[in-house]
Amino acid sequence: MTRPSLWEALRGVVRRDLLLAMRRRSDVVMSVFFLVIVASLFPLGVGPEPAVLRTIGAGVLWVAALLACLLSLGRVFTADYLDGVLEQMVLIAQPLPVLVVGKVFAHWIVSGLPIVLLSPLLGLQFGLDGEALGVLVLSLLLGTPSLSMIGAIGAALVLGVRGSGLLVALLVLPLYVPVLIFGAGAVTSSMAGIGGEANLSLLGACLVLSLFFSPWATAAALRIALE
Amino acid sequence: MYWGSVSEFLAMGGYGLYVWTSFIVTALSIMWEVLALWRRRTAALADSRGILRSIE
Amino acid sequence: MNWSKYSAPLAFYPLAGKMVPWFSVVAALIIAVGLYIGLLVAPTDFQQGDSYRIIFVHVPAAWMSMFLYVVMAIWAGIGMGLKARLSFMMAQAIAPTGAMFTFLALLTGAMWGKPTWGAWWVWDARLTSELILLFQYAGVMLLRTSIDDLRRADRASGVFALVGVVNIPIIYFSVKWWNTLHQGASVSMTAAPKMATIMLTAMLLMTFGFWMYSIAVILTRVRCVILERESMPAWSNPSTAPEVAEAR
Repeated sequence: MTRPSLWEALRGVVRRDLLLAMRRRSDVVMSVFFLVIVASLFPLGVGPEPAVLRTIGAGVLWVAALLACLLSLGRVFTADYLDGVLEQMVLIAQPLPVLVVGKVFAHWIVSGLPIVLLSPLLGLQFGLDGEALGVLVLSLLLGTPSLSMIGAIGAALVLGVRGSGLLVALLVLPLYVPVLIFGAGAVTSSMAGIGGEANLSLLGACLVLSLFFSPWATAAALRIALE
Repeated sequence: MYWGSVSEFLAMGGYGLYVWTSFIVTALSIMWEVLALWRRRTAALADSRGILRSIE
Repeated sequence: MNWSKYSAPLAFYPLAGKMVPWFSVVAALIIAVGLYIGLLVAPTDFQQGDSYRIIFVHVPAAWMSMFLYVVMAIWAGIGMGLKARLSFMMAQAIAPTGAMFTFLALLTGAMWGKPTWGAWWVWDARLTSELILLFQYAGVMLLRTSIDDLRRADRASGVFALVGVVNIPIIYFSVKWWNTLHQGASVSMTAAPKMATIMLTAMLLMTFGFWMYSIAVILTRVRCVILERESMPAWSNPSTAPEVAEAR
């Protein structure tokens, strides 16, 4: 039997995870609904004053996206861990970091991409104008994959541990802070007229770094969890 | 000695509250850590007489 | 001398016990001298008045908070590489002291910031990343206590510690990379320090004193950890089963 190539293995993992997610479409919808609800809480709590909302909008949307990503982390590995598929993934001949990239990418498509696509509508709710909306979408497009990759490390570390929901939040949120600062900063600096390029390129750097290093950390964490 | 009197020393040029809070909290934290460790050590020793006999 | 025999926790235990008194005495003496010079001998600062004296606890605590984190990560890395229990125990022993110094750095920093900048706290790069460091220490400790299996707890906590090392250069270089309210580096390896010599002396003495204190406390704590972990039933630590059986 010929061993599948790296690329085929990656595609296989992504296809499988996307198929499973399609069968439970509620997961996609839940991320989206959570984002909308959290984003709506702020105008309700802070008051509908447009000037205030425009000032806090970028930060609120970014925090909401971050929390939505955090809440969805339980779904990256848990199902496969519970039915033994994860153990098989660790044992097969394909490099585990590559399989991890596949799983996290599929997870991002289901949980992160809807956030990116919905963000312009929510941005309008906060009174952000055209250019700010564009920067917002771009910042989320660059940032949410980083959030998924970094979050995967946390998810793998707490697999099967009691109280893992809160624990993963405490582990992952400090690591999210740079992405949040650059992401929200891109929008606010573009609204201030300075331009969001500096923050966006820092976001890009975070993405590249997390793409290179977090699969290794996640794979190590998975092996530790599965012994 | 830089200070002219004890009251000058305690006042720290008007910044006494900030300076002394810092030093006192630092001292208290160190004392607390040492105390907590002493209690941990006593408890650990009490629970592990067997192991100690084998190494000392 | 054959040092590798000390890699067994039960062999390291008495060695650590002999070292603790030395480091404790040195720490107490050096901190006493440092405090004497810093609080009683050093003159007031031209710009900041006497509030600058907080530097004698703030900077040493901040340096220790960063230094101890890196050392903890190194021990965790060694533990994972060499599969050595004692290395993980050292990492476990370092975390609480590192967390304490991080807390002190933040608190004394706020005490200094209020008279100097007018604010207890600002969200600039250095303060924010030091705060994140506190959360990282908390994460390392929480991960360990949440996982029941000792071996998994060691290694999960080690992976997390290593992942977080990336924050240390951020804290250190943040004052150079961003326009922050926090002042830039006054002491560097290559240039002459921008601080009066007597102030620098006191600050360095306090740093060294805190370092000696850390070693004493960490060695004491690792001795507790050794007792706690090695006393456990044989099935958790199969390699110590003969000693346990013999002793009991």
